[in-house]
Amino acid sequence: MSLRVYAIAYLIFLYAPIVLLPLFAFNDATIIAFPLSGFTTEWFSALKTNGSLHGALTNSLIIAGCTAVFSTLLGMCAARAAAMSHFPGKGGITGFVMLPLVLPEIIVAVSLLVILRQVLGLDLGNWTIIMAHVLICTPFSIAILNGAFGNLDPSMEEAALDLGESRWSAFRLVTLPLVMPGIISSMLISFTISLDEFIIAFFLTGSDPTLPVYIWGLLRFPAQLPVVMALGTILVALSIILLTIAELFRRRGIKRSGAKDTGGFL
Amino acid sequence: MNAGTALTQDQSRAIRLLGVPFVYAVLLLAVPLGAIVLFSFWTQDFMAVDTTFTLDNYREIADSPIYAMLLQRSLMVSGIVTAVTVVLAYPVAYFISFHVAPSKKSLWLFLITIPFWTSYLIRVFLWKVILGYNGVINSGLIQVGLIEEPLTFILYNVNAVIITLAHAFAPFAILPIFVVLEKIDRSLLEASQDLGESRLSTFFRVTLPLSMPGVVGAVLIVFIPTVGDYVTPELMGGAGGKLIANMIQTQFLQLNNAPLGAALAIVAMLCVTAIALVFVFLNRRWLRGRR
Repeated sequence: MSLRVYAIAYLIFLYAPIVLLPLFAFNDATIIAFPLSGFTTEWFSALKTNGSLHGALTNSLIIAGCTAVFSTLLGMCAARAAAMSHFPGKGGITGFVMLPLVLPEIIVAVSLLVILRQVLGLDLGNWTIIMAHVLICTPFSIAILNGAFGNLDPSMEEAALDLGESRWSAFRLVTLPLVMPGIISSMLISFTISLDEFIIAFFLTGSDPTLPVYIWGLLRFPAQLPVVMALGTILVALSIILLTIAELFRRRGIKRSGAKDTGGFL
Repeated sequence: MNAGTALTQDQSRAIRLLGVPFVYAVLLLAVPLGAIVLFSFWTQDFMAVDTTFTLDNYREIADSPIYAMLLQRSLMVSGIVTAVTVVLAYPVAYFISFHVAPSKKSLWLFLITIPFWTSYLIRVFLWKVILGYNGVINSGLIQVGLIEEPLTFILYNVNAVIITLAHAFAPFAILPIFVVLEKIDRSLLEASQDLGESRLSTFFRVTLPLSMPGVVGAVLIVFIPTVGDYVTPELMGGAGGKLIANMIQTQFLQLNNAPLGAALAIVAMLCVTAIALVFVFLNRRWLRGRR
């Protein structure tokens, strides 16, 4: 019983900062502090007319979209390989692909910056961020897709092969529909990670900032803070919606492959 | 059909599939990491990079006390954050694994992971709102009448960095512990109690040792990334709360001294890896000693 109380208190602690966000986003004062003074939607209207914000948002959406697609493709390769037969060195190779999960992001950021700028002499842009985000999102995609591919009964695809389908169409017609919920879930998670990622984007961003890099710039101007709160409210709401959809798809995928749900995304 | 080391058709197909993400990781992770190792032995000569092999960067790091101080503070902060996070997270993981109905478990895990996925930058900033001079805690305590002057020791110092990081990494600590707790055979716990152990001693003699791999996983997954965070110390740390990652960032982006930054990054990585390995080793010995 006391454990339950503790767990609920812990949840409240986790959510405490996020709960404050809408409070200040609708608060009629430029200073972010209590007591609240009144209700306003002024900060949200300010977002609508902000051109540089829209540019940053577009950038972030392009980056997040590309990252979602590519990291899920890489994740599918790894998860399908993991579900197939064992070969020597498999564990080590998978471990290496999963490494960005535990590597400090600043290490990924500086090493990519060195190779792109100093060694290859390339200009930074959205594509450099996409490349880095695919690297850090792939482990998450693999973790989600392992759940989808790993529980699959291989005899279903074999049956399709025996009945005369080619290898590709057996995959497309039998396996793909079964793992589709996992794929969607993986794409949504990668999208969310990429959309929120700041540490790497800050190093690799070119002349056009991503949304988090833009927000970072705003944090230095106290007058802009209520607008940041409004923007944050929208972002958090968006993240929660995307994640809820991802979770629903993940569960559906596990149900479809006939396995028991063992827990969350990781 | 296959003799010796020859691979089956299935195996070679699996290798080709896994090869795609592997090659990607080699090109974007191993090669760049190799490049910063190389860079750390070069020096910045005004605008150009001098490519003669030298240990100057490492010598500078060893000689200037600021780097040792920052590194030490970084490791200390990460260590405290890890300890706090894991100790606070363990009961939650235990509760979800042992006391929540199986159908509700994934809902709990989902609720715990949601804050982790939402804008990191904004979450860190919100802690500034909570801990600030006119922040939630100070104005709350003043209104209640517990204090008269706002508390100043909770923002722009190491404490604030620790609180914020511990909050940000909380879900990371719960998941590995939960996964291991789920795998524990419940009949072992019954056996222990049947043999006369109390519930508390069952926990310390059966559950806790069996869940140590998850605790180790949680420690590593919190300790290693926190060393590389520069957002939280930048926003929350003030002048006295800067960490090694801020210095690496400054060397790369402001001082334009990539070789020194690379050397710092490598020294930081080596320290973190060494501590992580010692921790894993000690834990193994401790577990073996108990058998």
